[in-house]
Amino acid sequence: MFHVKHSKKEGEKMIYNAGEYDVIVIGAGHAGCEAALASSRLGMKTCLFTINMDTVANMPCNPHIGGTSKGHLVKEIDALGGEMGKNIDKTFVQMKMLNVSKGPAVYSLRAQADRKKYSAEMKHTLELQDNLDIKQAEVIKYNLDENRIKSVITKTGGEYFCKCVILCSGTYLKGKIFIGETSFESGPDGVFPANQLSNSLHEIGIETRRFKTGTPARINRRSIDFSKMEIQPGDDRIEHFSFENDIKEEKDQMPCYLTYTNEKTHDIIRKNIHRSPLYGGEIVGVGPRYCPSIEDKVMRFKDKERHQIFVEPLGDNTEEMYIQGMSSSLPEDVQIALYRTVPGLENCEFTRPAYAIEYDCIDSTNLKLSLEYKDIDGLFFAGQVNGSSGYEEAAAQGLIAGINAAMKIKGKSPLILDRSEAYIGVLIDDLVTKGTNEPYRMMTSRAEYRLLLRQDNADRRLTPKGYQIGLISDDRYNKFIQKYDRIDNEINRVKQTNIKPNEETNSLLRKYNTTEISNGVKLSDLIKRTELDYEKLAPIDKDRPSLSELESEEVNIEIKYEGYIKLQQEQIDAFKKLEEKKLPIDINYEDISGIRIEARQKLNKFKPESIGQASRISGISPADISVLLIYLHEKEKSKND
Amino acid sequence: MDTIAAISTPIGQGGIGIIRISGPKSLDIIKRIFKSKQAKYTPNTIVLGKIYDNEELIDEVLVSYFKAPFSYTGEDVIEVNSHGGTLVVQRILEIILNNGAKLAEPGEFTKRAFLNGKLDLSQAEAVIDLINSKTKSENDNSIKQLDGILGDKIRNIKKDIIDVLVDLEANVDYPEYDIEEISREKVIKQISKSLSDLEQLSHSFEEGKVLKNGINTAIIGKPNVGKSSILNRFLKEERAIVTDVAGTTRDTIEEAIIHNGILINFIDTAGIHETTDIVEEIGVEKSKKAIEDSDLVLVVLDNSSKLSKEDEELIDLVKDKKRIIVLNKIDKQEKISAEFRDLFKNDEIVMISAKENCGIEELLDMITINYINNKVSGKTDIVITNIRHKDAIDKTILSLNNVLNAAKSGVPLDMISIDIQNSISFLGEILGDNVSEDIINGIFSKFCLGK
Repeated sequence: MFHVKHSKKEGEKMIYNAGEYDVIVIGAGHAGCEAALASSRLGMKTCLFTINMDTVANMPCNPHIGGTSKGHLVKEIDALGGEMGKNIDKTFVQMKMLNVSKGPAVYSLRAQADRKKYSAEMKHTLELQDNLDIKQAEVIKYNLDENRIKSVITKTGGEYFCKCVILCSGTYLKGKIFIGETSFESGPDGVFPANQLSNSLHEIGIETRRFKTGTPARINRRSIDFSKMEIQPGDDRIEHFSFENDIKEEKDQMPCYLTYTNEKTHDIIRKNIHRSPLYGGEIVGVGPRYCPSIEDKVMRFKDKERHQIFVEPLGDNTEEMYIQGMSSSLPEDVQIALYRTVPGLENCEFTRPAYAIEYDCIDSTNLKLSLEYKDIDGLFFAGQVNGSSGYEEAAAQGLIAGINAAMKIKGKSPLILDRSEAYIGVLIDDLVTKGTNEPYRMMTSRAEYRLLLRQDNADRRLTPKGYQIGLISDDRYNKFIQKYDRIDNEINRVKQTNIKPNEETNSLLRKYNTTEISNGVKLSDLIKRTELDYEKLAPIDKDRPSLSELESEEVNIEIKYEGYIKLQQEQIDAFKKLEEKKLPIDINYEDISGIRIEARQKLNKFKPESIGQASRISGISPADISVLLIYLHEKEKSKND
Repeated sequence: MDTIAAISTPIGQGGIGIIRISGPKSLDIIKRIFKSKQAKYTPNTIVLGKIYDNEELIDEVLVSYFKAPFSYTGEDVIEVNSHGGTLVVQRILEIILNNGAKLAEPGEFTKRAFLNGKLDLSQAEAVIDLINSKTKSENDNSIKQLDGILGDKIRNIKKDIIDVLVDLEANVDYPEYDIEEISREKVIKQISKSLSDLEQLSHSFEEGKVLKNGINTAIIGKPNVGKSSILNRFLKEERAIVTDVAGTTRDTIEEAIIHNGILINFIDTAGIHETTDIVEEIGVEKSKKAIEDSDLVLVVLDNSSKLSKEDEELIDLVKDKKRIIVLNKIDKQEKISAEFRDLFKNDEIVMISAKENCGIEELLDMITINYINNKVSGKTDIVITNIRHKDAIDKTILSLNNVLNAAKSGVPLDMISIDIQNSISFLGEILGDNVSEDIINGIFSKFCLGK
């Protein structure tokens, strides 16, 4: 007989003491991986639980990372010292900068991932990480000590004591899959769901709600006729996500393809719509508007004659292709029929059918901006369980939750990025302050200050913070400092450099169809002309130092859009004034008679951290905010008296 | 802290005007411009004396001094009580401003009182309640406007602008989707429309202002056409509320009356009182200035003589102005040529006899009622009367002009959205649906009405 210490009986099950950690992370998806890595890298003894070791950092839906605004999130994660950017740089099969015809604020990098390699690479990174244990186990219960998290219990009876827990359960909580009339309990990609943890959440007073999302079928490449589709290659010269891979290069890549639905497709959907659980009422969860199923698109946009379908590879050593734009919860036979109406897919063979999945998530307005639950000390939430969707959104929250769990244990103040500092700040502020009634997707248009929140300057915005926290090495930080010294020096030089109105200059200006000069002008003024840029003016700029391609682009943006950047900075200054007015946590809003009663209740529930945050809570009026400002002023004054 | 000053009594009403000065330099300023037999300023006492602009005597006034912190604002406060009319009070304010004070923003006195701890929280909250209730009951003007047509108009303009933004954003967020790419031309077209709507609103402020500040009216006409008789009739018809203060300005005398509840200021009327016949002095040149400063021009013509060259010159001067043609001396035989009617077929013509006191009432009605109906609520059916609204609209116009210029010069469309967003938030300031630090300033601005 082996000896077990402290074992006790709970219900029918023997519970054993499985050890003690600083931080326990539940779920090894994109949020969980970042959370566990951040926490362990900050010196916390960390344990990461996953239901299946082979689905670490899995991509159960689209096989790509980045894209509009999501690319910004990945760059920001990297700038803070997170892993997602590095991992996709190692495992992509195609890279593309989107929106290059538009302004630099909305350039967005997107990578097609080798899904299996991405997962394996991340798993290996976790395995190699000091201070981090990874365990395949289902956590079924939380234990609290008063309102403090104390331990978690696994299905197999282990009780793990801890100071903080980060729940990153994705779509696993009471996951239920729908394919037409068929439905069954399941996590994504056929993995077991987590059926008991929701109940434990309810037991400790945390309410959950049902959200829904879906994914299209996967198809064997050999059954697709690509000659009927439009090929969509990656960029010739590719940029990477991680600021540590700062060189543009050429690389062999896999293409994607574009095709379209047609009237036949729509006909099949209309005839079979009664067999959709979505329209039959079986699915109660709320789905996202921005990512509708094909039946939604056809039923809601009746006038549209065709919808785009993007065919994307799942990776290098697989023939499976992902059919973006065709997610569906129709029965399998209907799916096959409607897919086969699409040009190029006439003979397609499914490897996996499309499905809708419903899952439990929490109301994110119950969280602090640090992602800690307001009423339970030490319990953090990150990722899809907070009502977001998307790998990048999840990873961003995971990183912040991981950092803040560590900060809490170290007794330091949490890392809170505001809306003017990062897309991550916008994401978390939206979730926590405004809340969401559908799975929340990051969008460029959600960021008010996006001209300063560019993907190219994410390091400038966030690397100093990452360094201060301890996730950025001295070496990387020094390189970062040198990079921006070069850029800033060059910006200054360009602003001071005079260009003479000689023939060499004017012939260059003629070449680009822009007005010739008759007096000397500053080089920076020429860069600002719409017909010109920093690169084009190189021939008449003799003293130009050698900068890397990315550094030159940075100089160009900062000069060319100086006016707009200034304008945006003014907006940010105004915004910051209200953000910097902090509201003490101990205010009882019921005592402030000038505030309307319903606003008082809202404020007491939310406990906003600043006037700025309070002003974004729905139902709080400008008059309420004015009273709050006066109250704060009075309070400060009476303190000083 | 700046020293601020403002007139704290409503303009154009009552016989007394009070100018309030608050701030550290209050006493210095008053010492420079106020001479009194009493040499010392004792707090909370009233001193009689005279205000001078350099050597020039402006008015005899009473000055009260409240020493910090025992004053309304908690700062050194001086109050100047003048018995002069609008013009004198404004002149005194001007002198104070010339001597180092800054024009107070609306509500700034109250705001300072609050910041200096002269109002406690419950008082401050009461202020807000008062403002809130006031705005609820204030069913006639500014707030009703927001519930009504002005609010709808602004909301519609805002929606139009948001529509453009939505199109731009959709293109940014979904670059690979086959949503219709918004073209530069479309942005330019839609923004231009919003811009012209807003410019119309902004211009209406000029007309809306009339309701509050009076219609500045110039009476022009060749010598002996009866300008002064008409003015005298006006002044007899209605109570003159501003007395002449000859000498306060070198060559301008202002008169004002209230007719149909609307203030009519007769500006630059010095020429009218002249009795000389020297056309060079009082004719065209002098009238120019009066015309420039006026909202409305009364062009007085003589029914009993042919149109002269001077008449034509004057008529030409006011061809772009809002004007009423006044045909005087209808008691005499009509000699004015027939073409006269053709010349003014688009104008309002009022026939009067100043001598017989005939048609004067009709002329005044024409100035007020007709002015309001036709020029204010007729042509632009929505009128801005609140300076805060006007300010926000003008800022919106500025932003939208930036949008247009940028769109025309080829700046990437998504950059333009920064200015579009600004314009939306300016309009939001009018509608009160977004919050900024300015809100608290706005609240105290409104409180100005309460005290």
